[in-house]
Amino acid sequence: MADTHSVIGTKNKKGQTFTDTWKLMNEAPRTPSFFTGSEVIKEALRRASCDVMIAYPITPQSEAAALIGELFAEGYIGDYFRGESEFAVMSQCAGAAFGGARVFTTTAGPGTMRAMENFPMWAGARLPIQMIVTCRGINSPLSIQPDTLEIAYLLNTGMLVWHAETAQDFFDWILKGYMVSEEPDVHLPLALCCDGFFVTHTKDVVNLTPADMCLPPYDPYRSPVPCMDMECPPVRMMRDPFVMKSNYISYATHASWQQEVWAAVERSRKHTIKWLNGLIETENTDAEVIIVTSGTAVSQGREAIRLLDDEGIRCGLVKIKALRPWPGEEIREATKNAKHIIVPEFNVTGWMAKEIKATIPNSERVHAGPRVCGGMTMPPEIIVSEIKTLLGMRTMSLAGRGS
Amino acid sequence: MSKERIKISEDLYDIMPSDYQDLVKSATYGKEDRGWKDIGNSKELIEQHSLCAGCPESMAFRYILASLPNPEDTVMVGSTGCTSLVFPMVAVHNIHSLFGNQNAIASGLKRALSVRFPGRTKDVVVLAGDGATVDIGLDMTLQAWFRQEKFTPICFDNELYANTGGQESGLMQKGFVAKMAPVGKLFDKVRLPEIARESGCHYVVQCTVSKPSLIEKVVRNAVMIAREIGPTYLQLYTPCILEIGKNSMEGLQEMRDSEKPTERFAYKEYISEPAKQLLAEVSAKDKEKKAAAKQLASQGA
Repeated sequence: MADTHSVIGTKNKKGQTFTDTWKLMNEAPRTPSFFTGSEVIKEALRRASCDVMIAYPITPQSEAAALIGELFAEGYIGDYFRGESEFAVMSQCAGAAFGGARVFTTTAGPGTMRAMENFPMWAGARLPIQMIVTCRGINSPLSIQPDTLEIAYLLNTGMLVWHAETAQDFFDWILKGYMVSEEPDVHLPLALCCDGFFVTHTKDVVNLTPADMCLPPYDPYRSPVPCMDMECPPVRMMRDPFVMKSNYISYATHASWQQEVWAAVERSRKHTIKWLNGLIETENTDAEVIIVTSGTAVSQGREAIRLLDDEGIRCGLVKIKALRPWPGEEIREATKNAKHIIVPEFNVTGWMAKEIKATIPNSERVHAGPRVCGGMTMPPEIIVSEIKTLLGMRTMSLAGRGS
Repeated sequence: MSKERIKISEDLYDIMPSDYQDLVKSATYGKEDRGWKDIGNSKELIEQHSLCAGCPESMAFRYILASLPNPEDTVMVGSTGCTSLVFPMVAVHNIHSLFGNQNAIASGLKRALSVRFPGRTKDVVVLAGDGATVDIGLDMTLQAWFRQEKFTPICFDNELYANTGGQESGLMQKGFVAKMAPVGKLFDKVRLPEIARESGCHYVVQCTVSKPSLIEKVVRNAVMIAREIGPTYLQLYTPCILEIGKNSMEGLQEMRDSEKPTERFAYKEYISEPAKQLLAEVSAKDKEKKAAAKQLASQGA
């Protein structure tokens, strides 16, 4: 059986040195590089010691998925192919993970929705697959533009769900994600989300770890459930399959397993805090007004804060990094002084504001907006305008918004 | 895996379930000439089943598990349906995940095993009903063949959705009156064996499970060809006696009646040229072995 400790310091077939992940992420030298988000995904995968990647074209993740194919051709990935649909791809990922492989895939919008049946199955089967979700519109009429509605559907699957703001987050979190996902007391899939186009198709300076260092390989024998490779004894699992039984024992078995999956999400909290340096990031939490959100809405929030600062209005910020596990305690603490909690979002329903309202005391403080959707951008000015209106200040009329 | 892996610590032996003790004592992992004749003489790799009394699928399960050429390194994939009631009692690693995605699971699994165990044989065998294979999962069945995935899908064709109570399926005969086909099924039984051949399968057999020796032969062939060359496909008639109005003891006769040369389950076989060559090589090697054994025996005498 594989022992990950024994391979540290040795080289893989591409000449990369298996490196302790903590050292790789926190101590190894970093090189600033100017890349698109898609290229950053490829560079993270180059260092991820990934066994199997399965691809399918859908905008805006197609480029990243194809670039990883190039990595396969160069010999950095064990196997790679194009599946026939997202539903099939996510099942192929499951098969590879059942067989003990470290698995990676990418999807977006309608693809996420098409594959949805797989996600609670992944979590229930305790498969630590990593799936990049480059969010886009899912509604009809057809839209390929950024929109985060699909994240709302992932929140109750039992998967870990993280929401990256920048390409740098993406690079670091892809590698760190496996470390959290593959912990024996977690062993759950991770949906690593970003806002399509804004992150995937824009160039940014990203500090990369050395290309000749890579993660230690996945050890499937640390899994809390048996790896399906016939390398451990195949005993019959139960006398009668519970699916056919209508009795207390069968219901209790299913119930306890669901509870265990969610307990594993909870247990991921300590690992996530360690690797992401907290589930949230905060600025100026003593301010009366605080913007709380995730993804690129955070970037827009930062700009709004700068504009407000120019006018002498102080505003705080909470960047939510992990949505599952949900940083309830952290958000309560960070917003305890706030009179107004502003939640800008890139979706029509405002799922983030609902989550926050359900988390904090005096939830009337939450202002669910501004929201844009269907690919509209969110100029910082509309966040500024919303905040000033809340504070009873006169605000400039914005084109198309009445006010 | 070798049989060594399932040995029990002596201190724990008496508290292990008796079926596990039996697996260690007399299962046929690693036995090169294992087959249907081991049934009754050794521990089977299936421990009971919760199918209906007399269900031909239970016979099929026993014959297939007795015939796998390499159970110690075989992983099976199932789907939702009557088969998923049996798999928890099978002593070969097996996966149930969703309904209809079995060939997608097997594609990922086979590739993962190939990456993780280069140079070692790890067979993947899929076992699913006709609804899973032909209706909800047809896309993934065909695409696995197009991609030349090296595993064996076996379809238990009972010509309807048995586990949900006898609804129309694509492999049902035209005209059959069933749930969801209230005026009789309006289109022909889907010709999946022909489609399998055209989709790139190297070995396709359609038959019933009335003869264990035949099942042993086709299962061995299908697994070996899939291992060496590319996809194979077995479509086995396992009638749902409950839903076609038969009694528990009538399953075998139903299969015998349906496999007559003029009937819809007459034996049908397709073997590609590379597969023919492989089978010839295997058979030549077997003959050599037998001749050598015979010679050894005569020398001993």
